Amino acid sequence: MTRLTIEDLKKIKEKQKSTFALREGGYRAKITVHMGTCGIAAGAREVMTTLLDEITKAHVEDVITTTSGCAGLCAREPMVTVEIYNKAPVKYGDLNSEKMQEIFKEHVLGGNPVEKYALVIGSETTY
Amino acid sequence: MKDLSLHILDIAENSINAGASEIRIKIVEDTRENILSVEIGDNGKGMDKETIRKVYDPFFTTKECKRTGLGIPLLAQSAKECNGDLTIKTERGKGTTITACFQYDHIDRKPLGDIESSLIVLIVSHPQIDFIFEHRRNDSTYILNTAEIKKDLDEIPITSPEVIKFIKDDIKTWLINTNNMLK
Repeated sequence: MTRLTIEDLKKIKEKQKSTFALREGGYRAKITVHMGTCGIAAGAREVMTTLLDEITKAHVEDVITTTSGCAGLCAREPMVTVEIYNKAPVKYGDLNSEKMQEIFKEHVLGGNPVEKYALVIGSETTY
Repeated sequence: MKDLSLHILDIAENSINAGASEIRIKIVEDTRENILSVEIGDNGKGMDKETIRKVYDPFFTTKECKRTGLGIPLLAQSAKECNGDLTIKTERGKGTTITACFQYDHIDRKPLGDIESSLIVLIVSHPQIDFIFEHRRNDSTYILNTAEIKKDLDEIPITSPEVIKFIKDDIKTWLINTNNMLK
């Protein structure tokens, strides 16, 4: 049976220690993927998986992800809310992997909201 | 829902909304008994008698922003379509356990799907919650307990890409190695 061993975890711990020490505690961006039944059925998990891959590829440590329930706009799922610290939150709709990649590069890394996919800007904050 | 891993993600999100700090996900694939069962248990706030009475109604929800609650009705439907059923055990203040059983070789049984992706989404999105994942395929059992992993990792967050990749690969490897057991 394959299992994570203490040794495996120790190795990861040593490797990660250096990068972790450089962090300043808080985060710059929070991305919420709407993971209600409607979102999941429409492909929210795939969008989230793409987002996690992009975060790994970009080596960013100050972006956190979370999920929320249905936002009441089931027809526009999969939906994602991007909150950059001190900026208005942006809710995106009708997403897929490609659009998520674009939003991550333009908005999360570049700081410029992708208006063509945005449903609403400045409606809510969760931090 | 295309597959059971999406149902699992959906029901586990209910547990999170119920304020659970521990979520147990147990999958049993038993080809000798011809049963596949999926159990999601939590220590959340549980349901009162009125809620449990209405929970199979697709037009009942506890949320205010919508008028439908499809998660449990959809899973119950998926189970019933292949000679299975769905049972709910709940106690106010103690938690809820939902079990869905399926006839393993039923032609309409949904595939298990990408279970590792569902788990990773849950772990990364809710690192403060302890997830205990158990998957049994006939005689082989895989167990993952994020509370233990977090303890061993010390100050390194479980959401670190390196840790997540390791967990994902670990589950995947076990699934590949045990594929033969189901034949």
